[in-house]
Amino acid sequence: MKTVQFELNGNPVSLDAHEDESLLWVIRQQAGLTGTKFGCGAGFCGSCTVILNGEAVRSCVLPAMEAAGSKVLTIEGLRKNGELHPLQEEFVKNDALQCGFCTPGMIMNAYGLLLQNPEPSHQDVVIAMDENLCRCGAHNRIIKAIQDAGKQMKKSVAP
Amino acid sequence: MRNPFGMDRRDFMKRFGTGLVVAFSVGKSPLRAGALAQDDTPGLNAFLKIGEDGKVTLYAGKIEMGQGPITSLPMEVADELDVRLEDVNMIMADTDLCPWNEGTYGSLSTRVFGQVIRGAAAKARAVLVKMAAKELSLDEAELETFEGFVRSRSNKSKKISYGQLTKGKEILETSVGDVPLKKVSEFRIMGKPMLRVDSEEKVTGEAKYSGDIQLPGMLCARILRPPSLGAKLLSVDTSKAESMEGVKIVKEGELVAILHPSQHMAGKALATVKAEWEEDEVDLDHESLFDHIQKVSTQRQVLASEGDLSIGKAAAAKEVNGIYKDPYIAHSPIENHSATAVMEEGRLKVWASCQTPYPTRDDIAEELGMDQKNVQLLPIFVGGGFGGKIYNPQAMEAARLAKLTGKPIQLSYTREEEFVYDRLRPASLVKIDSGLDEAGRITHWDFAVHMGGGRESEHFYDIPHSRTSVMRAARDTRDHIFYIGAWRAPSVNTNTFARESHMDMLAAAAGIDPVEFRLRHLEHDPRMAHVVKSGAERFGWTPAKGPSGRGYGFAVGIDVGSYVVVFVEVDVEKDTGYVQVKRAVCVQDMGMVVNPQGAKLQMEGCILMGLGYALREEIQFEGRKMLTTNYDSYSITQFNMVPEIDVHIVDSKDETPYGGGEPPVVVMGGAVANAVFDATGARIYRQPLTPERVKEAIG
Repeated sequence: MKTVQFELNGNPVSLDAHEDESLLWVIRQQAGLTGTKFGCGAGFCGSCTVILNGEAVRSCVLPAMEAAGSKVLTIEGLRKNGELHPLQEEFVKNDALQCGFCTPGMIMNAYGLLLQNPEPSHQDVVIAMDENLCRCGAHNRIIKAIQDAGKQMKKSVAP
Repeated sequence: MRNPFGMDRRDFMKRFGTGLVVAFSVGKSPLRAGALAQDDTPGLNAFLKIGEDGKVTLYAGKIEMGQGPITSLPMEVADELDVRLEDVNMIMADTDLCPWNEGTYGSLSTRVFGQVIRGAAAKARAVLVKMAAKELSLDEAELETFEGFVRSRSNKSKKISYGQLTKGKEILETSVGDVPLKKVSEFRIMGKPMLRVDSEEKVTGEAKYSGDIQLPGMLCARILRPPSLGAKLLSVDTSKAESMEGVKIVKEGELVAILHPSQHMAGKALATVKAEWEEDEVDLDHESLFDHIQKVSTQRQVLASEGDLSIGKAAAAKEVNGIYKDPYIAHSPIENHSATAVMEEGRLKVWASCQTPYPTRDDIAEELGMDQKNVQLLPIFVGGGFGGKIYNPQAMEAARLAKLTGKPIQLSYTREEEFVYDRLRPASLVKIDSGLDEAGRITHWDFAVHMGGGRESEHFYDIPHSRTSVMRAARDTRDHIFYIGAWRAPSVNTNTFARESHMDMLAAAAGIDPVEFRLRHLEHDPRMAHVVKSGAERFGWTPAKGPSGRGYGFAVGIDVGSYVVVFVEVDVEKDTGYVQVKRAVCVQDMGMVVNPQGAKLQMEGCILMGLGYALREEIQFEGRKMLTTNYDSYSITQFNMVPEIDVHIVDSKDETPYGGGEPPVVVMGGAVANAVFDATGARIYRQPLTPERVKEAIG
């Protein structure tokens, strides 16, 4: 057992991790944040997506040790002072979910997209989100929620 | 005083405190089988309580897996009872608090359960009006109900709240159904679109699923699985795992489980276990499967017949025959089967990703030799079910391990376990023999589904001579080599793909536009004809005989009383065989609608889930070893496949709700295959329509 230190949702943490244990299980079991989901364990479905140093990554295939010294953002870190993040708000307004199990991964992957491309086209969203799987079939609503959030965020940073 | 169901009134009310409680049963008879399973509430399937504070609590045995009763059931209560929606609270599927329920599947929640809840709410409102008449010294006819108050119609300030009426009283009502329900025209809340009420929890990561429960001292379990289904364990060597720090091993019969506080370490320890197996050798794979099905399904059961097939055949100017093939497919919810279980003071508490909490509780109690009262399933969100979480081996395994070890146990299936232990949609084959007369009318229809189910196998067209059969394997003959079960609209997908592909073939053979061809054979059924015509209009269909080259196709279906059509437009890349569905238009007549927004979500979801089985999904295997065990080899619908979607609900004057969780999923296979035929002239008889198959069919 080793210890890994990184910044989790803005707070420095020092967590136990087994050798080659994935970031997913350290976040879920050591930090106790269960919003990040286990879906396939092989990086195919995207339910475990978190933001690592500003990029969306699959936490189920990322060794926790590789997160040492990094900034990690999970779904739990999006809400600020009780206010939903525009992505969360737009997912709610657009009913962009059903069972909700893929939702945290969808939102975090979309967060990564909007960091790089604040106003993505429909096609940009499709390409960026293509390997996040949803079985309930909320895809079109998710695309719209992401585009709406992009617009919303642009407005909020405008003077 | 004892209530009509034989329960002691005081004992019953102890559970609820003071207020007005309406206890009621769902189903034709209050004493139907199964309803008796919870012995302290015989015959009663749901409770509704109006408390002293005027708040209403519905105790319902239903679960939320995305399909939306968490939003729609309170709408029904609030509307019938005339209270504000925010004053209705619902407790879902806590088996200690809510009475027995068969499970959440088959579009039962709105269609059956919702109707009875409405009856109970209507009853409660009638009781409150009666009490108010006494309190206010007014005639019942002079009173009306509004937002939690009973008030005088002529002097609206003369009123009394539900809370004031029930304060300090213990009132139990059990007879339901003697008060008429509101008419659709009287709805204030039902029929208006409502956004989901569980979204905020789900977008913040706060919503808890069964694998999210964390208990002190909890151990994660991994179970030793055979290399192929049905293999027998000959010997096992766990010595290496035993030497690992923190590992605990449970062996009981064929169950070998590795436990560790860390999910990661449990998996590492399992990988060190050496086992010898005797595999169940079967000479079969996903290609030879259909010959196997034809060979073994020899036992005919005739479900329906009309006229005389030989007369029909004699009248045929042209025969059109087809054999349609469907592979095994998986439910594949994004949440794998999971459960967390703990023994506390002789009672077993279980959180399970489960569509059937009560039958699962009953099975666990029976299997572990416990009293049902000592097993509790607790409310939890379910991450997609689609029929796959009717069956819960993981809950049984977690419960057994919790009882054996005395420790809290969490068991989350891996994606591979999710595929292998899923109850798949059965692979099956449908043979249709039919014919046309000179005028282009169908003369006969002989439909046989082999090793699939009979639901909605019977056609609904005007055909004078027909027979519908299910063909099964003889007893003692091996049929399916994987577990099979109910995949969203079980059997209906298979039967509808075959019927609607074949109708399209007949239309082409007759040289008649396929919409026109359907309508000519739907003269007796104006409801279905209306659905087809509305769909064609919204889609912008113009008559043309197939194949027109446009890539237009559609299919019609019936599912739990709802009528549905989906029209699609496809692009087929001729050199690769790749099919892109560009748009889909769905029209559905589902009778009375409680939450049109929720209904549309289900329709869209069905279209997209249906595209998966139509174009991509297929379990591949060698013998009883499954080869498709993760999303690199088993594909479901992805963003790049998603068409523009237009869904429309028919404004039905019907006061009865029909099924809303499944209808469009049943027609997607037929709609896509017909559109591919329209684009290319190639008929594809086997699902999914992979690029290889489409390319080969185009030639």
